[in-house]
Amino acid sequence: MGILCLGVTMIKTNDYILTTQNLSKSFKGFVAVNNVNLKILRGNIHALIGPNGAGKTTCFNLLTKFLDPSEGSIYFNNTDITKQKPAEIARRGIVRSFQISAVFPHLSVLENVRIALQSKQKTNFYFWRSEKTLKELNQKALELLHLVELETYHNQLAIELPYGRKRALEIATTLALEPELMLLDEPTQGMGHEDVDHVMKLIKSVSTGRTILMVEHNMKVVSGISDCITVLSRGSVLAEGDYQSISSNPEVMSAYMGTQATESK
Amino acid sequence: MRIAIYLILLIIGAVLPHFVYPVLLMKILCFAIFACAFNLLLGFSGLLSFGHAAFFGGAAYVSGYLIKNLELPTEVAIIGGVLSAALMGWLVGILAIRRQGIYFAMVTLALAQMVYFICLEAPITGGEDGMQGIPRGSFLGLSLKDDLTLYYVIFTGFILAFLIIYRTIHSPFGQVLKAIRENESRAISLGYDVPKYKLLAFVISAAFAGFAGILKMLVFNFATLTDVHWHMSGDVVLMTIFGGIGTILGPVVGSSIIITLEDQLTDSAGDMVTVIMGVIFVVCVLIFRKGIVGESVALYQRMLGRKNLPQVK
Repeated sequence: MGILCLGVTMIKTNDYILTTQNLSKSFKGFVAVNNVNLKILRGNIHALIGPNGAGKTTCFNLLTKFLDPSEGSIYFNNTDITKQKPAEIARRGIVRSFQISAVFPHLSVLENVRIALQSKQKTNFYFWRSEKTLKELNQKALELLHLVELETYHNQLAIELPYGRKRALEIATTLALEPELMLLDEPTQGMGHEDVDHVMKLIKSVSTGRTILMVEHNMKVVSGISDCITVLSRGSVLAEGDYQSISSNPEVMSAYMGTQATESK
Repeated sequence: MRIAIYLILLIIGAVLPHFVYPVLLMKILCFAIFACAFNLLLGFSGLLSFGHAAFFGGAAYVSGYLIKNLELPTEVAIIGGVLSAALMGWLVGILAIRRQGIYFAMVTLALAQMVYFICLEAPITGGEDGMQGIPRGSFLGLSLKDDLTLYYVIFTGFILAFLIIYRTIHSPFGQVLKAIRENESRAISLGYDVPKYKLLAFVISAAFAGFAGILKMLVFNFATLTDVHWHMSGDVVLMTIFGGIGTILGPVVGSSIIITLEDQLTDSAGDMVTVIMGVIFVVCVLIFRKGIVGESVALYQRMLGRKNLPQVK
């Protein structure tokens, strides 16, 4: 990993928000993630790319503790979070999205965002309280919806939204938690061109003041907004650096294209 | 509109015992509470429990024991029974919520069968005969010997249970439950400790199932094995689905129709009742999945939607 990823601002070169040490996960002998050492600089948009089956989503699941790592440890703001539960991780400020769209389909668009705002309330177990007490959160929810241009749809059920808007709603919901670190799993997957541009701009605009780690296949998005790229292949880190160095790296080319090295045998 | 419906139902409930046999109505009310409690779990948390008979019948036994053997007043017996149901719910819940879907249902069923076995074998439950001759006693100074008096007490209990369940559904807690039902992993990723919410929902549901069982015990003066039998767990699933899962009034409508049908058909059709119930169940699942109330609401909304189509809600 010759080239270091430096944040655009370059305040401190070693201010890492999230690091992993020898992170590994094996499923009954199959090693999905192998000795991964990630270092994510605060304030960066960090892209995780790699061919299918490279272990990107498994990596995400490990970082958010939806899976337990077989070995290795995870540090968030220099605190060891390897042993914590997914909900605790979320409350610490690491919030993820999912590969397939993860809205609450039969709740309204407004309620989708509000449920995220609500998670910080202390009244969540108060089954005797009226839900009218949640109205105070509506204003904030509408502001977040405004950010992703969805406030006109706030009364609709989330299931009625077209795909691109569902993904936007997801981002608004994630933002409601004011996460320090956002993990986006393929935010533009399955989208048309206009939607991709839209979501790309959206990610860029919400990245101010926070760090983003995203799995992404769309090279336009990766080259367009990411400050640093880590390439995973067969569970291990193959290369790391900015877009320039990654795109000219012969190993990366062969992993993606399957040139001589992999094809001949 | 909604308030009008509830007011009409309230009036019907208050007047009906003067025209219909009160014991049948009381039975309906008990099962309506039971189905509402069950619906809180299935309809609003997405958890299919197949062991709710354990809370329904178990609490009836506990209450019956408190009244008959310990000769405690009815009020104390009701509270004791509800608490015991909540405790059972907590125990079963803590074991079951670790699993999902069919496994959750199987764990609840297995644990409920254990309760059934205890009720069958324990020396104080009366074995196969059940616990018989539990006196009605009095409630807050009212003698419950008279069917009509008892009816109004149970009607009040029903309203109380219905309101609390209604409020639970429409509370901040209820919102979280719906989110969990809709997308569990997303709820986790938003920082919710999902198991805790599921457990509380389970305990509330079990407590009200127990409450329903206790009232039924008061009406019929006995607690029987049929109340804890897994058939009872199946019946409440049928009532809830028939009326409409996840609707407010669905369980009330479902239990009213099923109990009335059962009552009418036992004389004329005998053992065929089970077959008829089975057919109803199949038709319901195949043709109108949302249940009676769910389909009616959908129809109403479609008619409303056609009138002002251009508007976005």
